[in-house]
Amino acid sequence: MKKILLAAATSVAMIASSAMAGDVRLDGFPDFNSHLDKLIPSFAEKNPDIKITYQMNNHGDHHKKLTTNLATGSGAGDVVIVDVGFIGSFINAGGFENLSGSAYGADAMSGEFVGYAWNQGKGSDGNQYGVPIDIGPGVMYYRRDILDSVGGEIDGVIKDWDSYIEYGKKLKAKKVFLIADAADVAKAIILTTVKPGEGYFFDNDGNSLITSQRFVDAFDVAKRIRDEGLDGQIGAWTNEWYDGFKQGTVATQLSGAWLLGHLQNWMAPDTKGKWGASNLPDGIFGSWGGSFLAIPKQAKNKKEAWEFIKFLTSTSEAQIAGLKNIGSFPVLKATYSDAAFDEPIEFLAGQKARQLFAQVAEKVPAVAPKKGDLIAEDVVFRGALLEVLNDGKDIMAALKDAERLIKRRVK
Amino acid sequence: MPNYSPPDKTDAKGVWIFGDGTPADYPVRKSSSKLISRKRRKALMPWLFISPYLILFGLFTAFPLGFSIFLSFQEWNPVSGLSGMKFVGFENYISAYDDPWLWKSLYNTVWLAVASGVPQHLIAIPIAYLLVMALKSGLRHIYTATMFIPFITSTIAVSLIFYSIYSTQSGILNQWLLLAADAPLIGWMFAWVHDVMPLRWLGSSSLIKPAIAFVVVWKYTGFNIVIYSAGFLTVSKELYDAAKVDGCNGWQQFWHVALPMIRPFVFFALTLTIIGNLQLFEEPYVLTAGNSGGVSQSGLTASYYLYLVGWEWLEMGAAAAISWMLFLFIAIVTSLHFYFNGRKGLEGNR
Repeated sequence: MKKILLAAATSVAMIASSAMAGDVRLDGFPDFNSHLDKLIPSFAEKNPDIKITYQMNNHGDHHKKLTTNLATGSGAGDVVIVDVGFIGSFINAGGFENLSGSAYGADAMSGEFVGYAWNQGKGSDGNQYGVPIDIGPGVMYYRRDILDSVGGEIDGVIKDWDSYIEYGKKLKAKKVFLIADAADVAKAIILTTVKPGEGYFFDNDGNSLITSQRFVDAFDVAKRIRDEGLDGQIGAWTNEWYDGFKQGTVATQLSGAWLLGHLQNWMAPDTKGKWGASNLPDGIFGSWGGSFLAIPKQAKNKKEAWEFIKFLTSTSEAQIAGLKNIGSFPVLKATYSDAAFDEPIEFLAGQKARQLFAQVAEKVPAVAPKKGDLIAEDVVFRGALLEVLNDGKDIMAALKDAERLIKRRVK
Repeated sequence: MPNYSPPDKTDAKGVWIFGDGTPADYPVRKSSSKLISRKRRKALMPWLFISPYLILFGLFTAFPLGFSIFLSFQEWNPVSGLSGMKFVGFENYISAYDDPWLWKSLYNTVWLAVASGVPQHLIAIPIAYLLVMALKSGLRHIYTATMFIPFITSTIAVSLIFYSIYSTQSGILNQWLLLAADAPLIGWMFAWVHDVMPLRWLGSSSLIKPAIAFVVVWKYTGFNIVIYSAGFLTVSKELYDAAKVDGCNGWQQFWHVALPMIRPFVFFALTLTIIGNLQLFEEPYVLTAGNSGGVSQSGLTASYYLYLVGWEWLEMGAAAAISWMLFLFIAIVTSLHFYFNGRKGLEGNR
């Protein structure tokens, strides 16, 4: 809350100071401001004639404001941050500069970035519209003490989903939940086992894939976990969720690497040393979240904006600073050999977890975002999946209903 | 000012001629045009005075209204800018017609409107009556003001508080239920609690609607109490006295005297409830944690759905079409209410 207030205050201050030639305003959401505050002086040293300001709104409001700005063709910053969840709907709509164009030449940078993230910033025409600034390599956080109490070892647990569920059954006897929400498992499987050339929910011709085997299998694993009573039916970002982490009543959580920062800073700081990070079960690789930078066509100082984007995304200095300032994981591959990646992390009992995150990042398959992703995600994850898990609806029936709705809305 | 300068010459009939005789040079014309403009100015004055309202109304009400009609015939992802609009005729209305989530949301809206509307009035009317009959005005004002507080409290704040009250493990509601089940005297009444725990008030499709309805009842009953208190105060003391003389007991005074007298107030309060409840948005939005209406979308109201379609799915044209269908629906329900209750309500039997 404090951060939101702070962001509001900053944005008012930023509006008050009027824009001048050579000024670049970045529109985004917290916690990027804490990161920028530390980075802007260093950029200003190298580029004395470019003045950087920023305007922060909370995550949801930022994207609504950006939507309105793009709709009306005015009011957007010179650089905007776009969350991966919105990137598919935003980059194909024509509001952003084509960074593959000769004025920018983004394609030459592609090799420096983690492949899947770079590809997510591509429009369906194959041009680059967004440059990734951070990523969320998917890992499984687990309680070491709980694992020890049943005499297990982590490689055995994550071998496949069956072994994962077996682990859950042992935990049930001790009244510990395997995972907060079984729905997370289904989401993980759906978003990570995409066949090459397919989108998350649609194939390249825009046909829905959601009644395919991938979805059925994913729903099935989640349903087994729910029906065995192995999950806590606890939604993310609720008090129960935090309690589960604090009290040790939840043994694992599938998430982006960034969860570490939340766990150690405010969710469960007292559980330091009790946690570990591992690959996701069943040998899958995926990502949770990530952000992109783009230049709206309406921007006034595009050249300067591009300089700033390059500074933020493709210099080790800025990328490592992001990791240290706000725990945002670098997307620039060159940083992975940095000394920061060899640091043992006390919260994870001295595990050198950043190396694991980097390995995961390089293995995540590239999946191109598609136009109807926002709708499909809502209808599948918040509609069909919950109907199956909470209301016992038949898997195929739920998926077919969802597909009908999606076909109605995605043309 | 009329032109009183002497004429340049006179013609044969002695009529004054100014300049070269073109109409523009005639003082009469000049003065008359100025006279008209003065009249016109007088007529324009009131418009000038109300223009601040008119401009704001035009800009923020009339224009968006017209624009949303226009928009409902377009396919438009707002991110693509104004030029990205594509005319699709009635397609938005047609696809809304067999959109399962729209019908689900309309059903939820009606369910919530009834379940959260009826109790408000059933509670408010007797309380208002008791406040008016049993209390002195000073004390009554304190009570009414207290019960009015939920109404002026921010809906978001209220919903967030209830969100934690309903919380499964740590929520005070479930804790109380458990406490009551274990209490010595009343325990038998709550014996069922242990069988159904943990109750997921906001996480199961069957409980989420009652949970939302309760918040709405809690928040808006006080408002109705104020309306009904004002209503009961208008009932003349003599009517009660006459009724007493005729041998009415307390209940009969309420049922046959007070209640018929406040009919216009009931009508007014009902109208506000119908319109308000059919537009429920904040309560379900916060209580389902922004999760598209919660499990099975059982907390998805029509307003929430059109927000989802427009702002989350970026289908502004479809959202505009849904909003007009919602408008039509509210208009029909309200006019039915006016038709059946209006005549009696507005004219009263006094």
